[in-house]
Amino acid sequence: MYNQTEIIKDTTDLGPDGELVINMGPQHPATHGVLHLVVTLNGETIKKIEPHLGYIHRSIEKMCERLSYRQFIYVTSRMDYLSSHINNTACALLIEKGMQIEVPERAKVVRTILNELTRIASHELWIGAMAMDLGAFTPFFYAFREREMITDIMEDTCGARLTMNYIVPGGLMYDIHPNFQTKVKAFVKQFKEKVTEYEDLVTGNIIFQSRTKGVGVLTAEDAISYGCSGPVARASGVSCDMRKIAPYDAYDRVEFDEVIETAGDSFARYIVRVKEMNQSIRIIEQLIDNIPEGEFVGKTKNVLKLNKGEFYQRVETARGEFGVFIVSEGGTTPYRIKFRSPGFSNLSVLNHIAKGSKIGDLMATMGTLDLVIPDIDR
Amino acid sequence: MTNEAIKEYITQHAPDATYDETGEWLNIVVESNQLKPLAAVLHGQPMQMDFLFCLTCVDYTTHLTMVYHFTATKDRSMNIVIKTNLDRANPIIETLCDIWRTAEFHEREVFEMFGVTFLHHPDLRNLILEEETAIAVDKTKGYWPLRKDFEDPINMIKL
Repeated sequence: MYNQTEIIKDTTDLGPDGELVINMGPQHPATHGVLHLVVTLNGETIKKIEPHLGYIHRSIEKMCERLSYRQFIYVTSRMDYLSSHINNTACALLIEKGMQIEVPERAKVVRTILNELTRIASHELWIGAMAMDLGAFTPFFYAFREREMITDIMEDTCGARLTMNYIVPGGLMYDIHPNFQTKVKAFVKQFKEKVTEYEDLVTGNIIFQSRTKGVGVLTAEDAISYGCSGPVARASGVSCDMRKIAPYDAYDRVEFDEVIETAGDSFARYIVRVKEMNQSIRIIEQLIDNIPEGEFVGKTKNVLKLNKGEFYQRVETARGEFGVFIVSEGGTTPYRIKFRSPGFSNLSVLNHIAKGSKIGDLMATMGTLDLVIPDIDR
Repeated sequence: MTNEAIKEYITQHAPDATYDETGEWLNIVVESNQLKPLAAVLHGQPMQMDFLFCLTCVDYTTHLTMVYHFTATKDRSMNIVIKTNLDRANPIIETLCDIWRTAEFHEREVFEMFGVTFLHHPDLRNLILEEETAIAVDKTKGYWPLRKDFEDPINMIKL
């Protein structure tokens, strides 16, 4: 957070090199949340960016120390609200690993389909918002048309459109809607027809290309050093897909490619996300006709108690590697819980890659990092 | 590298290190003054543990424990956890910022939440919490929300 007196700095004093400090945010249309960047400028060139976090810090880690192993999952939906299914999966997997709970095959497959739908929904929203930041308003509506179908499927499945809380330790909260398969297939059909539309609108757009190519270049070494993951690291040529490295749920039985680009600029990050959506569709197509019959939740005790020890579970969210670290003392609540959020590490690289570029390019750089602020602040 | 090979290699550089293999990954406990030299060894050849994916702290009420999770991007199946215990009254440790730059933000978070001082950190100040809050309370008691004995002066809810 920032000291109030420093926010209202006297801008008439420009410092020795004509430095100008401006506050981008906390209420800035391009940050899509309350992110506060203190940008030091020399003319139009960025000299330094300092992120100031905490505007929606809810102390989720401390809160979870008081919640039982069934309850704390619901809080994680409020962190990365665009991939709440995946956050829930991470927590459920950790508890299943810690207590050796057997998960039915049906639940595993449904979880994988829902995770991939979430990933598509998240990337769709990102494409729309990102294009809007760069001045193209139309792709937003195109992207939301398909995203709306996914949120409808989510609503049918669990009653919620954003904070699902559908995945519980042992499997799913209740069985899928009878229309689930039909609706998902309809979505897959429409997505395949329409994805080219807004790809044509954005990918081939010369203005979009000139604003993103060569902007915010991140090398592979820096991506590793800064702990970047997800599409940000993969656009720099770092292989880091948790679905490949440590397969969970039904990812070990589906075929998909890990999308890797090597340019490392904003355009490469855009391309990675577009290609990733197509891979997600590929995963869904392989699974949607093969949902096994049977139980949707395994047998669990009413009160969950994790054995004494330390547990770590990693999953791949739409933004990167999400980790849950739990220290258990054998009780019904975690002794200490830490969420390794992908956005937190991805944000730390912003100063490094935006330094020296023009302030207009900051929109493209920041937009392609795909920052979700509740995920960073926790 | 197998766990046995890792243990053998680390014992050469940090003879006092103790190991725990009960969990999913190999846990290595070292003294706090040995952490920095060991970290440099891990980052270099042949281990190349170049990805620090989680850095956090745990308050055990008698002491604080720093927990570092490392992996190698060359061989992602190799994961190790380094732990080091710190004195709760005066927790001081060397920063790892110069080796893994992701540590900068994570250490700032641990600094404000647990009150751990990182030596030679380039910019050690609050990241998430307000600066003013820390000034308003009794400095001797500290204002470190994730410690177990923390009491919020304004909005404390006791269960």
